[in-house]
Amino acid sequence: MSVESIRIPASREERPADLPAWQIRVGTRLSRVAAVAGIMLVVALAALPAIASRNLIQDLIFVLTMLTLAQLWNVLAGWGGLVSVGQQAFVGLGAYALFAGIVMAGLDPVAAIPLAGLFAALIAAMLGPLLFRLEGPYFAIGSWVAAEALRLICAQFKSLGGGTGMSISPGELSQMFGLKAVQALLGLRPAAARDVLVYWLALLLAVLVTLGIYGFMRSRHGLALAASRDNAAAARSVGVRTARIRHVLWIAVAFATGMVGALVYLQKARISPDAAFSVTDWTAYVIFIVVIGGVRTIEGPMVGVLLLWGLVTYLAQHGSLYLVVLGTLAILIMLFMPKGVWGAAARRWQLQLFPTQRWLGRS
Amino acid sequence: MSGFDTIVEGVLLGGVYALFALGLSLIFGIMRLVNLAHGDLILLAAYLMLSATTALGLPLAAASLLVVVTMFALGFVLQRLVLERVLGDDILPPLLVTFGLSIVIQNGLLLGYGADSRRLQVGSFESSSVTLAPGLSVGLAPLTALVTAIAAVALLQLIFYRTSLGRAFRATADNPAIAQLMGVNERNVYAIAVGLSLAVSVIAAVVFGIRASFDPSIGPARLLYAFEAVIIGGLGSLWGTLAGGIVLGLAQAIGGRINPEWQILAGHLTFLAVLMVRPRGLFPARRA
Repeated sequence: MSVESIRIPASREERPADLPAWQIRVGTRLSRVAAVAGIMLVVALAALPAIASRNLIQDLIFVLTMLTLAQLWNVLAGWGGLVSVGQQAFVGLGAYALFAGIVMAGLDPVAAIPLAGLFAALIAAMLGPLLFRLEGPYFAIGSWVAAEALRLICAQFKSLGGGTGMSISPGELSQMFGLKAVQALLGLRPAAARDVLVYWLALLLAVLVTLGIYGFMRSRHGLALAASRDNAAAARSVGVRTARIRHVLWIAVAFATGMVGALVYLQKARISPDAAFSVTDWTAYVIFIVVIGGVRTIEGPMVGVLLLWGLVTYLAQHGSLYLVVLGTLAILIMLFMPKGVWGAAARRWQLQLFPTQRWLGRS
Repeated sequence: MSGFDTIVEGVLLGGVYALFALGLSLIFGIMRLVNLAHGDLILLAAYLMLSATTALGLPLAAASLLVVVTMFALGFVLQRLVLERVLGDDILPPLLVTFGLSIVIQNGLLLGYGADSRRLQVGSFESSSVTLAPGLSVGLAPLTALVTAIAAVALLQLIFYRTSLGRAFRATADNPAIAQLMGVNERNVYAIAVGLSLAVSVIAAVVFGIRASFDPSIGPARLLYAFEAVIIGGLGSLWGTLAGGIVLGLAQAIGGRINPEWQILAGHLTFLAVLMVRPRGLFPARRA
C-alpha cells in the first residue's frame, strides 16, 4: 500500500541526476494509516464470533454480503459504465447452482460455492455479447429483461421446487466441510456454527473482492476501464481494447456475484425464484448503498452499507414506507450530493483511505 | 379456429404493449433519457383513474381528461425540478434517479391503495364483444385498445411532422445547442416531452386497466414490455414500436397457448432472439 511511483524521464536523453523526477503518486499518508487500521479491523471481525450473539453474526452476514455486492456493482456501473439493473440474475443463478449442486449432484456446500460462481460467469459470458449490443441506458433495461427471463427459466425446474421454491434440510448441511471444526472450536450447535462458517466465508469474500477491485483500479487495466467509460473512441485510439475489457469485467463481476448469491442462500437454506431474483433485494438496495455512500470510491459502499444497516434496523418494520424513504433519500442525494456522503466528506477534508486517483508531483 | 384465435389475441394484446411503449420511446427519442419509472408511472395513472372514477364518481371520459391533464403537469414539473438537474453526458445519474422514482412510486401506491388487485369498472363495455367473422368474435375492450394504439401513433406522427412543436422536438433531438440558437427553449421542449410521454401513458393505463386487473407490484413488468416493444420494433420509429408491440403480443399469446407458464418467458426470449439476429430491430428508422 506504499507510494506507487513511476519514473518518467524528463527527456529522451539521460536526465542530470540532480534534477527532480516527476512522480505519479497514488498513496497518501492517511491511506497507509488506513491500511494498518483495515488489517486490524478484519482481524477483529474474524475473531468476533467468539463473543458475538447469533443475531449480530446474522446482521453482519447481511452487511458483508451487501457490501460485496455493492463493491461489485460500483466497479461495473461506476467505473465501467455498465449500468446493470439485472445483477439479481447472478445472485439467483449462484443460489440455484448451489442448490442444484447440493441436491442433485451431492456436492459439499462449501465446494459448491466457487462452482456456483463459475456457473454465473458462464451464463454472463453467453449473455454479454447479446446485451452489449444495447447502448448505455438501454443496457440497463436489457440486463433487467435477461434477469427476468432467467427467473422464469429457474421456476421451470420442478426438481428445484419450481415456482414455489424449496428448502435444504439441516441434515443435508450437517456434513458440510468445516462445520464440525467450527462446532468444536466455539462449542456451538450445528445451525449457529453454520452461521459462523458463512460469516467467515462472507468476510473472506468481502476482503478479497474489495482488495481485488482496489488493486484492479490502481493497475493500468483500471485506468483503461475508466478511459473506456469516459471516451470509448479516445481510449481505443491509444490502444485500449474497450469491448474486451468491459466483457472481462462483466464476467468477473458475475463470477463474484454468483458466489455471494450462493453464500447468502447457503445461510438461508431456502430458495424461491421470486426471492433469489428479486430486483429490490439484490439490485435496488445495492444501488442505494453505492449512491448514498458515493459512486466511484472504494470507501463509499462501506459507508453506504453501514447507513443502510442503520435504516434497516430502525425502519424495516414499516415495510413500504421504508422503501419510499430509501428511494427519496437516494434521489435527493443524487440531486444535491452526487458524490454521496463519502465523496462529499472526502472532498471537504481531503480524505483518501483507498486512493485510486493519481497525483503528479516532484519527488 | 383455436390457432387463429391465438393470433388475434396476440395482435390485440400488442396494441396495449405498443401504448406502453410510446411514452418510453418518445422521451428516449427526444432527450436520450431512459425512464426506469415508466412502468410505475403507468400504474400511477391507472390508480388515479381508479380514484377519479370511484371516489369522484366521474364518467370515464371526464376522468381520463382530468388524469391526462394531471399527468402532463406532473411530467412537466418532474422534468423541471428533478430530471433536468441530472441530464448530461454521464448516463448514471438519470438512470439512478428514475430507478429511485420507480421504487418510491411503487411503494407509495402500496401504502395508498394496498396490495389488492384492482380494475377499472366501465359497465358492460369490458365484457361485450363484436363478431368480426362467423365463428370469430373479439372482445370490444381489446379491439378498442388496438384501435387506440393506432390512433395514438398516428396522432404522435402528426404532432412530430406537421406542427411547430414537433419541429422543435426533432430539432432538439438532433442538436440541442443549435436548436437553442434558433430560438427553441430547450428546457420547455424537454418538459413538454416528458409531460406528453406521461399523458400518452394515461391512455395506456386506461386501456390496460379496463382489460386486466392491476396491483402496485406490476409496474416494472410494464416497463420491460414497453422496452421490448421499442427494441423489437427498432429505435426511432413510432410505427416500428407499434409493430414491435404486436410481435411481442403474438409471442406471448403463442407461448401462453403452448403452456400458460411460458407466456411471459416467450416474450422475453423473442426479445433476446431479435437482439441476436437483428440488433437494430425488425423495422428500424430509415436514417441511421
